[in-house]
Amino acid sequence: MVGAACAYYAARSGLSVTVIDRGAVAGGTTGAGEGNLLVSDKEPGPELELALLSTRLWRELADVLPPRIEYEAKGGLVVASGEASLAVLRDFAARQERAGVRVRQIGSGRLRDLEPHLAEDLAGGFHYPQDAQVQPALAAAHLLRAVGGHGPGRVFLRLGEEVTGILKGASGEVRGVRTASGDLHAPYVVNAAGTWGGRLARLAGVDLPVLPRRGFVLVTEPLPRVVRHKVYTADYVADVASGSAALQTSAVVEGTPAGPVLIGASRERVGFDRALSVEALRRLAAQATRLFPVLAGVHAIRTYAGFRPYLPDHLPAIGSDPRVPGLLHACGHEGAGIGLAPATGTIVARIVSGAGLPMDITPFGPDRFEGTSQPRKEPRHGA
Amino acid sequence: MPNSPSDRAADDPYGAVHDLVVIGAGCAGLAGAVTAFEQGLSVALLDTAGRIGGQFYRHPAPAIGAVRPEALHHDWSAFAGLRHRLEASDVVHLAGHHVWTVARQDGANPRWTVHAVTGVDGDGERPVRVHARAVLLATGAYERQLPFPGWTLPGVVGAAGAQAMLKSGLVLPGRRVVVAGSGPLLLAVASSLAAAGARVPLVVEASGYLGYARRPDVLAVNPQKLAEAVVHGAALLRHGVRLRTRSAVTDVHGADRVEAVTVSRLDRDWRPVQGSGRRIACDALAVGHGLVPQTELATSLGCATRRTQDGTYALALDALQQTSVPGLWAAGETGGIGGAQLARVEGELAGFAVAAQVRGGHEPARDGRVRELQRRRERMRAFAGAMTAMHAPGPGWVDWLDDATEVCRCEEVRAGAIREAVDEHGARDARTVKLLTRAGMGWCQGRVCGAAVARLAAGGGAPAVPPSPERRPLAVPVALELLGSLDTTAPTSSPAAPAQRPDTAGPDGAATSGD
Ligand SMILES: Cc1cc2nc3c(=O)[nH]c(=O)nc-3n(C[C@H](O)[C@H](O)[C@H](O)COP(=O)(O)OP(=O)(O)OC[C@H]3O[C@@H](n4cnc5c(N)ncnc54)[C@H](O)[C@@H]3O)c2cc1C
Ligand SMILES: Cc1cc2nc3c(=O)[nH]c(=O)nc-3n(C[C@H](O)[C@H](O)[C@H](O)COP(=O)(O)OP(=O)(O)OC[C@H]3O[C@@H](n4cnc5c(N)ncnc54)[C@H](O)[C@@H]3O)c2cc1C
Repeated sequence: MVGAACAYYAARSGLSVTVIDRGAVAGGTTGAGEGNLLVSDKEPGPELELALLSTRLWRELADVLPPRIEYEAKGGLVVASGEASLAVLRDFAARQERAGVRVRQIGSGRLRDLEPHLAEDLAGGFHYPQDAQVQPALAAAHLLRAVGGHGPGRVFLRLGEEVTGILKGASGEVRGVRTASGDLHAPYVVNAAGTWGGRLARLAGVDLPVLPRRGFVLVTEPLPRVVRHKVYTADYVADVASGSAALQTSAVVEGTPAGPVLIGASRERVGFDRALSVEALRRLAAQATRLFPVLAGVHAIRTYAGFRPYLPDHLPAIGSDPRVPGLLHACGHEGAGIGLAPATGTIVARIVSGAGLPMDITPFGPDRFEGTSQPRKEPRHGA
Repeated sequence: MPNSPSDRAADDPYGAVHDLVVIGAGCAGLAGAVTAFEQGLSVALLDTAGRIGGQFYRHPAPAIGAVRPEALHHDWSAFAGLRHRLEASDVVHLAGHHVWTVARQDGANPRWTVHAVTGVDGDGERPVRVHARAVLLATGAYERQLPFPGWTLPGVVGAAGAQAMLKSGLVLPGRRVVVAGSGPLLLAVASSLAAAGARVPLVVEASGYLGYARRPDVLAVNPQKLAEAVVHGAALLRHGVRLRTRSAVTDVHGADRVEAVTVSRLDRDWRPVQGSGRRIACDALAVGHGLVPQTELATSLGCATRRTQDGTYALALDALQQTSVPGLWAAGETGGIGGAQLARVEGELAGFAVAAQVRGGHEPARDGRVRELQRRRERMRAFAGAMTAMHAPGPGWVDWLDDATEVCRCEEVRAGAIREAVDEHGARDARTVKLLTRAGMGWCQGRVCGAAVARLAAGGGAPAVPPSPERRPLAVPVALELLGSLDTTAPTSSPAAPAQRPDTAGPDGAATSGD
């Protein structure tokens, strides 16, 4: 998703762009996650600023791209089960509001006006009209095609080709990339390799500590619309911000235009292990049926796992790498890469074309971990 | 011995830790379960079905009052033998158990937890767990379908499905049934249908049977296969059934049910020969293109697979039927399509191997019986491999599809939408086609359309992204309420805690991530 957005905005500003992926379009984490475009879960700070910018850009994209990307400005509903968590939420929402988020408190008696099937014993909640949803794989695919033939900017797509080296010039500046089918020359290379962004950075000789954080999503059989918003509990916000390796689950429940309800997602740091976690599924199912008792008899027909790309401070790496001229990074968006993609793409395009930046990007500096990380050993299982 | 381990296991099958849990009570699972028991293990045997026998020895419920179910089976005596040994054993048979996942707890003594849903057919659906020191996966296969215009019309049924229906309920799909597709099962299906009173005007086989003549080596060492062919051949002749090779049903006619089919000749690549179509009247079509190993319980655990000669995936097994994950064995069609006899041999072999492992006894490979079973397995696997290659779908079958042909029936995705995802949107494999079109996302989870979608995704040329075995981490759908109420604590004697996993990048295979 992030690479597609970078290509789209760069081509729109008149650049010629080649997108290289070792797999298919949306074959990475983009095809293994969900498409929540959230502001509601973000603390005031640089990530929220990026999310608010993206929210606007997603609305613009929704007008340009075909309806098949399933963009829905459906809004989010964050609920609290007791008075204590409601108080935490209220404080959180007040701070968000000061940062520019639109949010409205909903009393417990009114919750079911918004979500008729919600459990009756909840203490209250907050409605976030800016939260939206998109189908990530379709969005990425259509974004890559959206530039089309008009104008000087073009997007060339090379799939099934792995980047195996970064070409550098005499003074260490980027000259292009190497793949099995040959060298490709370009003055700028954007690392949008998501969870594998650390490895691509290493090919360029720099360290970027991107790590995987696993998530499971449960998918139900198709249903008529029983869930209208993105609904989740107050605990979710704490889980998102947590640095813990342990399994955390607070289910976000949402309906999709195609019918199935998505329940996701768990968060845990277990490397790239995709073995099914029965405990993660149990918690997702229990939390979803706690929020929506009507889902009790509904079947989960599938589940899938993905690996969010995260950096130690939970912020993405966006911008030029001062260590290697011509190298830019756009990765490490953790559980928000779909939402944050348009703002990221805009920033990358502006840097390359020399235009002014829409916001301060210092917090996303790709070299901010320099000297802080211990040398890491890459485990050699199997490979 | 009222206090023997197996007695306790029978009293509380969900609390005990069995030596072996066998999943699937077909030929392979039955042979494995009774062999392991006779070697001294405590064994639990789970199956979704209410009755043992699997796909091959399907038989009607007693209520139907069939006098001679064996009339539809050759080889009934082999089944009777296994059934007798099972009845004489203390194997705990857990019928009506739908296994949805298998979990492994690492440690010095790995333990397995088999999660199943039971009570699905009555009320009182509930989740259960069965614990074991080893697992034998014998979940068999399902039929491969290749779509073509009209295949969704009522009256079109799966060939193997028709056979299964006939065996379990003695129901015919129609009165005049064309049998089509590819693979040796077609002959069996046609002779059963004819024996049960249907008219079978034609068996339409897409490959040429001549291929068999080119592998006399393999046929010569598998004499019983020749005998089977002769039996079916004779039965077909007796009922006036004709066989047309290198042909396929390329269209189905009828307003709201089958009235006729178009049969076209195929070239070497299975492309229909222009103008060769002929209309054959019938009221049902039984169609199938061989079987696909049902391996998802194992692939979810990361078991290694091998690509079969017809482009599907089977579990990669060692000389003693163990998968690449220690403690997990497999037998029968899960390791590659090979028929009931091979499934029995492999089940028995696995039974001996598991017993040797769990008991820590002698080296099984030195046992004369084990070596004999291994020899028979090699011989039959060679034949099965040759047969699979012979009936592998040719690349030209995609020409049977027009853009309006529905490929994924659950999500109603047409061939045109899949071609568009590949040509226009950068899909290169079944997974991305699924993400972009929803083909394979429905109730059957791509079991019906998976093969077809993978082929269409590969487009005209060589696939840009190598295909990978399908993953279905939930082998069967599970109600959220059951999932949410699972007990995930460890069994009575708690195994060691899972090993801590490093937090850094893993093997490259993870790149083809997700669903
Ligand atoms: C369960 C789950 C739920 C999620 N839910 C949401 C959500 O609701 N909202 C949200 O905004 N985000 C969500 N996310 C996070 C989101 O999916 C990611 O942040 C986002 O997909 C990252 O996009 P990306 O383009 O950076 O990475 P990817 O989509 O992984 O793309 C990186 C690409 O780089 C390619 N690549 C890597 N190395 C090489 C190489 N050497 N040569 C060539 N190609 C290479 C890969 O093949 C891959 O296609 C979720 C994630 C998970 C796991
Ligand atoms: C529909 C069908 C019809 C066939 N008809 C013929 C025929 O007429 N003649 C012929 O020679 N061969 C036929 N075959 C092939 C033949 O059945 C196999 O060669 C033989 O049965 C292989 O034995 P097996 O033990 O490997 O698998 P099977 O006999 O298929 O047994 C597998 C068992 O596993 C159980 N199972 C699967 N998944 C689960 C789960 N998740 N939880 C619990 N239990 C599970 C199934 O209920 C089944 O009982 C047919 C195959 C199929 C699929």
